[in-house]
Amino acid sequence: MEAGIVSYGAYVPRYRITPAEIGRVWGSDGEAMGQGLNVHRKSVPSPDEDTITISTEALRTALVRGAIDPQQIGAIYVGSESHPYAVKPTATVVAQAVGATPNLTAADFEFACKAGTAAIQTCLGLVGAQMIRYGVAIGTDTSQGAPGDALEYSASAGGAAFVVGRDHVISKVHHTVSYTTDTPDFWRREGQRYPSHSGRFTGEPAYFRHVTECAHRIMEAAGTEPKDYRHVVFHQPNGKFPQRVGKQLGFSDAQMKYGLVTPYIGNTYSGAALLGLANVLDHAAPGERVLVVGYGSGAGSDAFDLETTDELARYDRSFGRPVQWYLDHGVELSYAVYAKYRGKIHMGEA
Amino acid sequence: MSIARFWRETPRRYNLGGSKCTNCGTVYFPPRLVCPECPAHRQSIEKMVPFQLSGDGEVLSYTVVHEPAEGFEMQVPYVLALVKTREGPVLTGQVVDVTPDEVSIGLKVHATFRKLREEGRAGVIHYGYKFAPSEDPEPAAPPRGPAAAVRTEEIGARDRAPA
Amino acid sequence: MRDVAVLGVGQTKFGELWDRSFREIGIEAGLQALVDAKLSSSDLDGLYLGNMASGSLIDQEHIAPLILDYAGLARRHLPGVRVEGGGASGSLALHQGYLAVASGVYDYVVVGGAEKLTDVPDEQATAITGATADHEWEAVFGATLPALWALVARRHMHLYGTTREQLAQVAVHDHQMGSKNPNAHFRNKLTLEQVLGAGPIAEPLGMLDCAPFSDGAAAVVLGPLETAREHTDTPIRIAASEVACDTMALQHRAELTRLNGTVAAARAAFARARRSPRDVGVAEIHDAYTISALVSLEDLGFVEKGRAGPEFATGQFSGGGSLTVNPSGGLKAQGRPFGAVGVAQVAEIVRQLRGDAKDRQVPHPTLGLAHDVGGTGATSVVHLLERAN
Repeated sequence: MEAGIVSYGAYVPRYRITPAEIGRVWGSDGEAMGQGLNVHRKSVPSPDEDTITISTEALRTALVRGAIDPQQIGAIYVGSESHPYAVKPTATVVAQAVGATPNLTAADFEFACKAGTAAIQTCLGLVGAQMIRYGVAIGTDTSQGAPGDALEYSASAGGAAFVVGRDHVISKVHHTVSYTTDTPDFWRREGQRYPSHSGRFTGEPAYFRHVTECAHRIMEAAGTEPKDYRHVVFHQPNGKFPQRVGKQLGFSDAQMKYGLVTPYIGNTYSGAALLGLANVLDHAAPGERVLVVGYGSGAGSDAFDLETTDELARYDRSFGRPVQWYLDHGVELSYAVYAKYRGKIHMGEA
Repeated sequence: MSIARFWRETPRRYNLGGSKCTNCGTVYFPPRLVCPECPAHRQSIEKMVPFQLSGDGEVLSYTVVHEPAEGFEMQVPYVLALVKTREGPVLTGQVVDVTPDEVSIGLKVHATFRKLREEGRAGVIHYGYKFAPSEDPEPAAPPRGPAAAVRTEEIGARDRAPA
Repeated sequence: MRDVAVLGVGQTKFGELWDRSFREIGIEAGLQALVDAKLSSSDLDGLYLGNMASGSLIDQEHIAPLILDYAGLARRHLPGVRVEGGGASGSLALHQGYLAVASGVYDYVVVGGAEKLTDVPDEQATAITGATADHEWEAVFGATLPALWALVARRHMHLYGTTREQLAQVAVHDHQMGSKNPNAHFRNKLTLEQVLGAGPIAEPLGMLDCAPFSDGAAAVVLGPLETAREHTDTPIRIAASEVACDTMALQHRAELTRLNGTVAAARAAFARARRSPRDVGVAEIHDAYTISALVSLEDLGFVEKGRAGPEFATGQFSGGGSLTVNPSGGLKAQGRPFGAVGVAQVAEIVRQLRGDAKDRQVPHPTLGLAHDVGGTGATSVVHLLERAN
């Protein structure tokens, strides 16, 4: 049996803020900004949440749904650009919190927004080579945009965990392909609080080029065309880019429907494409083909050609919250409370 | 707080690892070495085995804390509760993801994993259990759409500009 | 065992004593008690000093020899012992002094209680005093002492219908009493509206439901009853001194609204003294929080379980009834220098039994009770005192 996805879980924090509220503070037309970005609200973590807690919640859901013994997990990789520690792994805390320690390997991945998909590829390799029974790949972020920066309207928090294994696979992975170049469209230097970006350079030479090239390459490898896919998921730094790239590639709105979650929770960075995929799997029936194309600044794309199996019909999706729940719910914050929760208020000597 | 002092309790704080007396069946959290329920305490010595709680329970009593414990300043006001777990032990912990007026005695909750406190900006971060309501509230926002009116939390509502 | 009498009492003012150090207030209370007992320091056999947290509060441990030294007694090489039991440290020290004199090993001892809480910021004091509950399984999860007592209050309201107003009544009473006490931290009277309108600390408890952080010291001199008349015309006999412990954490109590340690200590004390709650004319009880006063009234046996709210609200404990509670103003108004509290309670009962309490004198009490609690009830101490015939 080939390595595939055997379980998954998602988690998005409870709080939301709207572009209109952010714009109010900075004297911008936030409403128009939100419409332009196709982001209507974004999620905000509580002061007691971070990439470690979000990853743990998502993975705990996945383990219960798949009835997976945590002691059978051979690897945990957490992809994020907002690991709580610069040095000291997120993955070890998550492993301890789900009861997977000590007989496993663990590491943190960083590749802007595609660290989670890179983790899936790594797990596919380890599981496919039969070095481990289950590999866990998590993509989570509690990303920050500098106050007043365009990123602030979209940078949000959330994550999803995927368990890769060989038994009871709910989604096969037929192919995975990557496309990587050195493209400085977005970065954060050591010790810097907020990331920097190169404005409109993040568009054509970065996101669009890599996603398009990677999508072409995987369909070429798989011998498929857009019409062969029931669902497509793109990395979604906002709600607009994925719609545009999907249209350019020849995908319809119906194919993109479940894979697009950013308009309702914002850009969860490493969590974005994975939450889109989780939402697709929440809604999918057996035998449906899914294309996923992630993107991470710096830059690269990872693509996956997936197909759900009959096992999905027996898989218990009822435990934990579906992604849709998070899209529909939330408690809205004022910018002032948001700023407090996100550590944007100078608190004096601590 | 000393790192080792917190670290050695992580099996309890992360995963609700308690103990059970195989002599009388009583479950304890945090774990105990001697069973207070056994008539002759010595009978229980070396008969206490690890026992993991499910994390499900209900609120026995609660308070809304306005003058916080050290490290909880950012969360004021927060709900602190005594939670009676399904297995018996009562735990002290925060109830999160609620507004205080949504909490009542008898509320069903389950354990969740959160940051407990940080040793300053440069120090270690301590994690552990808190509780969140088990049952989802009614949908607070109409599904999707730009005009969706997400519920406004009181704490945030006060300083909002008039529409 | 022989009978033990209180021969003298001393007490500093309680409150924010910015210009006075720990050793100063400790010495002042002790010397007052010695003078009151007509003893000189050369008569002493030892010191028991109740203190909760000097190490955390003033960076000084090993405080019993410190006080002996600054009392001028270093060259007498007396034994000095510090006793710690959270907020009950003072009465726990008194229990030790009582045992020492009752056993016949020592004749005359000073029992002191002292605490200096204002040398640290309030947030730090909250954390330090919170450590008298279970730090690892309560405080770490966000509990403070008022928050834990608020959990008791909410449960008491839920089970017995106790109201917010009934809680507030305790604070009104305490401030009424404290207004006549020159040593009190607060001498202002409060209205019910003021208590109800005060800012919240841990709901349902507000700022005025909670005793303050105070500085202060108190001391008593103990000696054998048989020679007590050489020192005082009105020796006060310790009819019972009982200590009882309970679970460290509130979460482990079978009943949240019952202080089982207090129930046990009170029962033992009344049995030893061969008296009953009905015989008590004056009592200083643990009113660190308004709810703790109500629960204590029940668990000491003065009212039926669950009935303290309405019973207290009748005003029967505020003077004119068979029992007057907290004539000093209690912890709420007289103040709460943790380790000094239990000794100050006993000092007040002694003054009342002697008829020395001036404006706040309760008419002719013959039996008095002092009740001190550490944490949320992990330690309870009950003393019964009576006029010796």
